[in-house]
Amino acid sequence: MIVDDDPDFLEQMRMCLESRGYSVSSASSVQECENQLKETEPDVVVLDLMMDNEDDGFVLSYRIKKQFPNMPVIIVTSMTHETGMDFDETDDPGHWIKADAILAKPIRFEQLEREITRLMRERA
Amino acid sequence: MPEEPEGEPTPEPGRVAASLEKLKILIVDDEPGMRTAVARALTGFTVSVDEIRTIVSFDLIQAASGEEAVLKLESEKPDLMLLDHKLPGITGLDVLAWLSDRKTDILIIMMTAYASIEAAVTATKKGAFDFLSKPFTPAELKASVRKAVGHLIALRRARMLEEERRRVRFQFISVLAHELKAPLAAIEGYLYVLKDPIACADTATRNLAVDRCLIRLGGMRKLILDLLDLTRLESGQRKREVQDVDLGEVARSSIETMTPDASARDITMELSMPDGAVVIPADRSEIEIVMNNLISNAVKYNRDGGSVGITISRRSPRVLIEVSDTGIGMSREESAKLFKEFVRIKNQKTRNILGSGLGLSIVQKIANIYGGTVEVESEPDVGSTFRVMLNPGATAVSPGTSGEVPGHELVKLEREA
Repeated sequence: MIVDDDPDFLEQMRMCLESRGYSVSSASSVQECENQLKETEPDVVVLDLMMDNEDDGFVLSYRIKKQFPNMPVIIVTSMTHETGMDFDETDDPGHWIKADAILAKPIRFEQLEREITRLMRERA
Repeated sequence: MPEEPEGEPTPEPGRVAASLEKLKILIVDDEPGMRTAVARALTGFTVSVDEIRTIVSFDLIQAASGEEAVLKLESEKPDLMLLDHKLPGITGLDVLAWLSDRKTDILIIMMTAYASIEAAVTATKKGAFDFLSKPFTPAELKASVRKAVGHLIALRRARMLEEERRRVRFQFISVLAHELKAPLAAIEGYLYVLKDPIACADTATRNLAVDRCLIRLGGMRKLILDLLDLTRLESGQRKREVQDVDLGEVARSSIETMTPDASARDITMELSMPDGAVVIPADRSEIEIVMNNLISNAVKYNRDGGSVGITISRRSPRVLIEVSDTGIGMSREESAKLFKEFVRIKNQKTRNILGSGLGLSIVQKIANIYGGTVEVESEPDVGSTFRVMLNPGATAVSPGTSGEVPGHELVKLEREA
């Protein structure tokens, strides 16, 4: 499942993933994601850090992990570029924001697929 | 952002409350008698600055030498200094020289017993604002202080306005940069999809990617065009061609432009007019911008199968253009910020609607030129009605004339009317 409030980003990731045999569901807000989560039970969730509110991604990943501790979560963010906020390389952001991977936007599909493959392999 | 402090005293009926401000004056003289006399003259003295309705009173500080003056300048940061020319140790001129290396807007009034043109010129060159020759009367002292205060306040006010202008400009540019970057990122993303042999093996995917690129490019072009309109309106540099403009005709041509988009979504558009043409002296392109923005919004934010009603009516001497839709509408909070630059109502319902965020602020600027107003009435999920009232007589431009009319002055005319 991909969660992002940018319809074009959703569409692009869907195009690339579906053509490679993934089944993709999408949500454009925290609420939409939560509504769908139980039903869809995705193998991996890719979510945008900043949607309607700046911390939507944090909140959502936290809630997903609480409900589905084994569901891999990838956070994509333009945080580093636009806001000047940055993750310290030395600490482990995946630990405190409860995500399995963090990718900086703009991301290319290859990066995303690499992460998805890695996480799926780890979980297997 | 914290709210504006509500410290203003309650105004008396019929009078406008003045705000109070305190300035610090440093009195520097080695003669205790002189310091006391100056301090006495200025105790309880106030200066009223009418332009900003401010009453200025003073805190008085004293220094008996140049050395002490320098220390107090650093610790007390006075706004004004009455400085004796001849001091033991470092002189008044030395203090001036010391100050000139520092970034400060303090104003200095020199006091000297040896009144000579030469001394005055030297002091002024070193940055003194005014010159009092001893002995001077309390009235002369007060006049000089009053002059200095007026100058200082004007200076600070100008600086504040300049800073505000810079801040607004900076904010505008950052938002603009963001708005221009978003479509670029989207188009870039689709180009990568098109480069991906697996993803675009499918013709439908390829077509969709190209179509989305074209839509985002269109949005970007619209943003740039809106930006040009806005800049021209704001600079007041645009050549306005005022002539008789038939509002019905402009509306019909806007409707025609929007017809492909509207019929694709089964939206009907209807124009209601009084008998006979409604003709106003106006710049046709400005009226077109207003009409196009209102009608295209009414289509964009409508529901499929909805309708758009355009009503033009005379409200002598004014004219009213009303555009209503049966669309998604908006809440009171949302409509309150609607006319600000780059404000786009962002929610689930508007997610897939593209807009520059400048259209309505342009409509409002144009309405201002015509001594008019823009209002919106809206109900979520029912629809919105935009009312543009124009008062073509208020433009002070008679029909048939053409030429440069600075937009800002017209706006001012309207507000004062």
